Amino acid sequence: MAAEATVPAPRRSAGKRLADLFQGRPRLTVAALLAAPLGWLVIGYLGSLGVMLIASFWHLNELSGEVQQGFSLDNFTTLFTEDVYRTIALRTIGVAAAVTVTDAILAFPIAFFMAKVAKPRMRSVLVVAVLLPLWSSYLVKVGAWRLMLSEDGAINWALGPLGLHGPGYGTIAVWLVMSYIWLPYMIIPIYAGLERIPDSLLNASEDLGAKPGRTFRKVILPLTFPAIVAGSIFTFSLTLGDYITPANVGTKQFIGNIVYSNFVSNLPLAAAITTIPIVVMVIYLLVARRLGAFEHV
Amino acid sequence: MRLSPFSRNLLKVGVAVTLAFIYIPLLVILLYSMNPAQTLSWPPESLTLEWFPKAIQDQAARDALLNSLKVGAAATVIALVLGTLASLAVSRHRFFGRESITFLVLIPIALPGIVTGIALNATFTQVLDTKLTLFTVIVAHATFCIVIVFNNAAARLRRMSTTLEDASADLGATPWTTFRRVTLPNMRSALVAGGLLAFALSFDEIVVTNFTIGAGEKTLPIYIFETLFRPNQPGKVYAVAVIAIILSMIPVYLATRLTRGEAQTASGAGAPAAAPPAV
Repeated sequence: MAAEATVPAPRRSAGKRLADLFQGRPRLTVAALLAAPLGWLVIGYLGSLGVMLIASFWHLNELSGEVQQGFSLDNFTTLFTEDVYRTIALRTIGVAAAVTVTDAILAFPIAFFMAKVAKPRMRSVLVVAVLLPLWSSYLVKVGAWRLMLSEDGAINWALGPLGLHGPGYGTIAVWLVMSYIWLPYMIIPIYAGLERIPDSLLNASEDLGAKPGRTFRKVILPLTFPAIVAGSIFTFSLTLGDYITPANVGTKQFIGNIVYSNFVSNLPLAAAITTIPIVVMVIYLLVARRLGAFEHV
Repeated sequence: MRLSPFSRNLLKVGVAVTLAFIYIPLLVILLYSMNPAQTLSWPPESLTLEWFPKAIQDQAARDALLNSLKVGAAATVIALVLGTLASLAVSRHRFFGRESITFLVLIPIALPGIVTGIALNATFTQVLDTKLTLFTVIVAHATFCIVIVFNNAAARLRRMSTTLEDASADLGATPWTTFRRVTLPNMRSALVAGGLLAFALSFDEIVVTNFTIGAGEKTLPIYIFETLFRPNQPGKVYAVAVIAIILSMIPVYLATRLTRGEAQTASGAGAPAAAPPAV
């Protein structure tokens, strides 16, 4: 032992000394790893949500039109007493639900084909084909539908010879366009969920005499349900907050539109209106977590 | 699963129809970008490529593109650092509140964009008294890009067995050396994929951007937003739009190549098939 003390300690870089500090100290390591991301998300992001909730109790000075910081329930009184806000909230939630159901129905066949029928090469081509538009060109898609739905647009041009007429701009168009835009967000989780189901389960069901329909209802659907819920988080949430689609192919107001139009003129009221989608989404997320959707998101 | 030829064909028709549904509107924009006429009626009477050189030379569009590249790059770097740190904590350590981290990183994209937009706008303008600039846009974009990097990194870490890391520690490597020489090289392609997707998300984002950008400043989506819906030079605007689509598809394509063989999720993770639960 005494001999060891005479050995000079090796020169150590600052980085190594820092690393030594964390060795055998897992709590310190976790704290160091989480400090920056948690600081950003909790202080920066949740803090901002808190500011917005506080701002929803502010109001506008009637004379100057400036934001008055101070507690007032004016905005919430307006939200709860004026019918127009209830109508808009229900319309938005209704369309969000319709979009979600539509996308789940449209997504299932292609997701099933990708996961269980297509050969590996075909599968990767299809995955890329679905993913490319998911991550790009949101605005261009809305713009394309605005052109297609117009009176002398592509839809009426295609339907005209059949004696039919397209829906034109309106709530039907908003439902159609949003279903279109968010569809890949539903296909991908369902595909991933289906891919996790071992083929042996489907074969077992078949061997036990179940017809495809029964296998679908009793085996496939229950096992992919969390994945469908995961996809629905996106389709539902994105529809709730969109103001660009309703403004361009719709004729009626959605939650996003009234938030956007009030944001310049009356920030406190805009903040109060956003509590509607927040409450809806928080409930939705908590239910989704219970249903096991988070591992598929 | 064994399907009858009839249901198999029915399924194929369904797939073809869905793909057509996904791609036809993009083709429509492509045709409008080649429409020499200044009208918007369908179909275009002839086709031309004259709008593309004009689009490329448009100074406002170029400035906007440059801003988008700056914002995307900066937001991606921040998201890469924060997302990787959080994924290491969640995947390699056990601690109180671990499950909430997965929830926390997800909130910025799970809540509608207007919520994030208004919240950050109120904080910047009312509390911090900051001027809205590209910097505020970068902060906003980084916030919702963290989850993309986090999901990719966490999925890869779940897939990687810890035996290599344990072996490295047993052989006397410090945690830092193990991270640098073992963990990071194994995470690299997942991090690159996550970074590419985070960049793509930022590059295409309009809703939050609208609330956090300064007056007069433009990213490419803001430029498109201001010109696309009521264009006075339609062909050129649609040509810019087509170029934007192609540019934004490049990082996505590269990311899917990098995570090939790993199942994708809608928030961008190449997750292993039959993965143990994340939460």
